[in-house]
Amino acid sequence: MILRNICLVFLLCAALPVQAALDIEITGAGEHQIPISIVPFAGEERLTQQISAVIANDLKRSGLFRLIDPAGKAPHEIRDVVYADWAEADGLTIGSATVLPDGRVEVKFRLLDTHKQTQMLGQSVASKGDQVRAIAHRIADMIYEKFTGDAGVFSTRITYVNREGRVNRLVVADSDGYGEQSVLTLKEPIMSPSWSPDGSHLAYVTFEQGRAVIYVQSLFTRQRFVLAAFPGSNSAPAWSPDGKQLAIVLTRDGTSAIYLVHPDGTGLRRITFSDAIDTEPSFSPDGRFLIFSSDRGGSVQIYRMPADGGYAERVTFDGNNNYSPRYNPDGNSFVFMHSSGGQFYIATQDFQTRQMQVLTDVGWEKKPSFAPNGKLVLFATESLGRGILATVSSDGRVKQKMIPQQGDIREPMWGPFLK
Amino acid sequence: MKRLTMSVLLISMLAACASEKPAEVAPAAPAAATEAPAAPVTEAPQAVAPVAVDALNDANSILAKRSVFFDFDKSAVKEADKPMVQAHGQYLAGHADRKVVVEGNTDERGSSEYNLALGNRRAESVKKVLVLSGAKAAQISTSSFGEEKPRASGHNEAAWSQNRRADIVYK
Repeated sequence: MILRNICLVFLLCAALPVQAALDIEITGAGEHQIPISIVPFAGEERLTQQISAVIANDLKRSGLFRLIDPAGKAPHEIRDVVYADWAEADGLTIGSATVLPDGRVEVKFRLLDTHKQTQMLGQSVASKGDQVRAIAHRIADMIYEKFTGDAGVFSTRITYVNREGRVNRLVVADSDGYGEQSVLTLKEPIMSPSWSPDGSHLAYVTFEQGRAVIYVQSLFTRQRFVLAAFPGSNSAPAWSPDGKQLAIVLTRDGTSAIYLVHPDGTGLRRITFSDAIDTEPSFSPDGRFLIFSSDRGGSVQIYRMPADGGYAERVTFDGNNNYSPRYNPDGNSFVFMHSSGGQFYIATQDFQTRQMQVLTDVGWEKKPSFAPNGKLVLFATESLGRGILATVSSDGRVKQKMIPQQGDIREPMWGPFLK
Repeated sequence: MKRLTMSVLLISMLAACASEKPAEVAPAAPAAATEAPAAPVTEAPQAVAPVAVDALNDANSILAKRSVFFDFDKSAVKEADKPMVQAHGQYLAGHADRKVVVEGNTDERGSSEYNLALGNRRAESVKKVLVLSGAKAAQISTSSFGEEKPRASGHNEAAWSQNRRADIVYK
């Protein structure tokens, strides 16, 4: 299972050089941080990536862990561990990496409970030498899940548009910003990338035909095709959770309206009929509902309707306008861009209580999407006049900025778990 | 072929004439220009003569203005811009062979997808005034770039007001 995931991740990465495309700044901390120590793995100095450093950075970025410096102590096997030395930490990770005669790398690791003095996890994974970073992310995912009970998202991927002058690159990268690769480069705008539920395809909008047209592209073969190029604008693609259809927005019959279409472009069917703007559809995780933004009530607000059409219920009432809704993977809440006093913030709202929580405070935050475990929100913002990526924990406590080495980042979207 | 060459020349001339905007602004390339075959410039003189009397070609004509500006989140053509849009509508009415694209744009506030939709609505709003002024609907197509192709950069009202715009582009 783990190996399959790693293989899939690396099919996506191809053999690109691993480099830091982003500088990362973290602020805030979780309410209850778990103290943990990650001992440098035996033999990792011979690898291109320091496994222990990748694991430590992943856990730190989550805001839920506090890293305890091993301070020179370096046990690699259980028999070498003196538990009294680690009383400050709840968890201790030790391990080793060995380059096998065939060039593959074997990584063994153990997660130890320093208080009970027992092993919580123990795994051995062999992989190609260029997949060490993916193994480290998987190990971080396992540690995260063991302590928090939630699946880790360190092995997942994100997509965004990097704009430099007129050049727009559609980028796919690891969730920590490493392994950045261009999927498409154009001298026309690219917007609204959307992941297929299995992570194998992106749907997105470009202006290369002089107007907004929706394409679908395979991340494996890199082949792409036009999904919708009707007269007017074709935009806002969103996949259904079963991958069998997409909600899209067309102006071919007048003002922007939402339609359903199969991924091969057949079966087009209109599902909203207001005279107002209806756009930015997002499917509920069970596929039964769509939330979308509309100015049918005067201001732009979020509405929810059955996924095959029908009565649309207004669900946001706070602020001047609310845009860009995306479901929480648990289906109970949604994240959106909340506009108040001419500023734009990321907020979440619970469907049942209708309680809104504003998660950011700068005032120029756009295009939110949840990590597939629902614990983090990825969005676009600005820093020193440049478009950057940022995340905020779903409780608003931990914030992270990811600053690109060049260009302006726009339109990010967090990808799914790779099954 | 000649017709296209002529239009392209005409548009670039007009673009030059209408450059009342700040110098750093790169005019969006009209769709016709990118599609036009690269014809030798020497063909042009024959073509220019018949359009010399065309009001579209007169830098002092109201028709030299091609941009309609909007208030934030609004798509109604303002009273101040109506005479200009109406003049284009009347011109189209008198030149049934001419066609335009109305390209809607927005500032960067709001979501990119909502802005794409708003740009469409602005373009449609201009189209409506053109049609009310005598143009045939078939002479006018609309498109939107939303917030994706700002004329002016900067996160301030000076830039935003330039970008909340629909351009009438003759084909």
